Amino acid sequence: MPQNNTVQLSQSGRKQAFLFSSGLLAPDSPIPADLRSPHGTALADRYNIYRNNVTVSLINAVASIFPAVQRITGPDFFRAMARFYIRARPPSSPLLFEYGRDFAEFIEAYEYAQTMPWLPDVARIERAWLDAYHAADADGLDPAGLAAIPQERVGLIRFTMHPATRIVRSLYPAVSIFSQNRADGEVLPVDDRPEDALITRSGNQVQVRLLDTGAAEFLLALSDGAQLQDAAQVGLGLNPGLDLAQLIAVMLEANVFSSLEMDQIDD
Amino acid sequence: MARTHLIRQQPAGKAETLRFTPLRVVGQAGTSFKPEHFAAILEDPPQQGFFEVHAENYMGAGGPAHASLESIRRDYPVSIHGVCMSLGGPSPLDPQHLERFRLLVERYEPAMVSEHLAWSTHENVFFNDLLPLPYNLTTLLHVCEHVDRMQATIKRRIFLENPSTYVAFEHSTMSETDFLAEVVKRTGCGLLLDINNVFVSAANHRFSPMTYLESFPLAAVEQVHLAGHTEQLDSEGQPVLIDSHDGPVSDAVWQLYETIINRCGPVPTLIEWDSEIPDWPVLRAEALAAQQILDRHGATGQVRDAAE
Repeated sequence: MPQNNTVQLSQSGRKQAFLFSSGLLAPDSPIPADLRSPHGTALADRYNIYRNNVTVSLINAVASIFPAVQRITGPDFFRAMARFYIRARPPSSPLLFEYGRDFAEFIEAYEYAQTMPWLPDVARIERAWLDAYHAADADGLDPAGLAAIPQERVGLIRFTMHPATRIVRSLYPAVSIFSQNRADGEVLPVDDRPEDALITRSGNQVQVRLLDTGAAEFLLALSDGAQLQDAAQVGLGLNPGLDLAQLIAVMLEANVFSSLEMDQIDD
Repeated sequence: MARTHLIRQQPAGKAETLRFTPLRVVGQAGTSFKPEHFAAILEDPPQQGFFEVHAENYMGAGGPAHASLESIRRDYPVSIHGVCMSLGGPSPLDPQHLERFRLLVERYEPAMVSEHLAWSTHENVFFNDLLPLPYNLTTLLHVCEHVDRMQATIKRRIFLENPSTYVAFEHSTMSETDFLAEVVKRTGCGLLLDINNVFVSAANHRFSPMTYLESFPLAAVEQVHLAGHTEQLDSEGQPVLIDSHDGPVSDAVWQLYETIINRCGPVPTLIEWDSEIPDWPVLRAEALAAQQILDRHGATGQVRDAAE
């Protein structure tokens, strides 16, 4: 071959890959010039196989992360929306379980989804569900450890959250809509109210719970490192009826925490 | 406006690190491991065979995916099959992805590690498909550099898989088999011979699969893949085969497989089935069919030690 230097060779490789890839997510761009197919076959059809594989596999990846959104919109609406999404914001990581972090924001701006203002929040719950699924392993907090703490010192506890724990807050009934559409059952009317979701992993099962008013603020305060007594003030300030004992029992069952600690007290 | 709250956590350490024993894969047929089959596999009495996983599906931090793979790895040899390293692209390999791959190999101590002669990422976009490359000196240097880098990072010999393709390139100056032979010579890697890919490419580029296999560097083959394909007609009514992995292995591919095993000996063989996934007994039956051929011809062929 001619005396091309390595730099030129490397550039020609990049140019070739650029040419091949540039049309994959752009249906109107021309077929790359250096492709060949056997005599008699349509070259465009051959290149379109790659276009189709890329497009369909990425749409399928979005569909597998957001099944409730797809059930709400129906598959035709969903796949059209996902096609716009993958072309506008294709994945940068080869780990597809990390894809779709900005899908909720995309839906918020998507012209045809404006009649479903709660849809982005359902997508946020589904994205958090997958994050909880792949989150790091850690032992949950042993309820016996909490029970052993003397009553007068319980208020001083600080909790460490389990790596899977997530909270999604919505101005819409996103948790009820998510729960009904993540499964195959009948879809019933829901009350129009704000809802907060707690997403956890317990026994390697991802769980989504609807939180009482004030509970999200309570948990977020704990997550920020507040002592239990201060977090309780935050929750009770928003909802004087919040049953903290019952809430903590449910949190233990849900595996919200992985450990606890207490500030040293000088005796 | 809703927000997802990333709850503040301390980094979690795993309580125990499992230590796995090496398990033999020579002369064995395996299947793709699909999470939907996990319960059925556990109910089966322990048997021969191995399971292959796509590396990227197990690159999360923790959770059920790792729990099920740990359980499988206790009883069976595991093959880790990378789909996204982009060895065939011109860009440098992603150091983060290499490190994730290294950790996965360290954790599961797989019997086999493989990747593709293809690329899937360019300029920070991941296309989620195995894209083709021209075969010439430029791409040969890229691929060899990438295979060297991957083998050095994971401290293992990898098996490079021949692709299924739908187009060829004007800038190709070598045959695919010569290209693979040269990569083997320069990097010391092994080859994963996907016989369905050979059949699909042969039909799509109008050459004989046997002619291709005659020129394939069979001495370097350490693993075989078998899978199903589908046939379409293009806009001019010409048939084109799609490497769809969504059905049983075709009769023609079984015949090629038998010829290859007769010649190569009992090379570990995987049934791939990635879409329209059947119930576990159907997939297992496909692997048992491969096992019969391995048992029938394997002992008469040139017996070689695969990676153990």
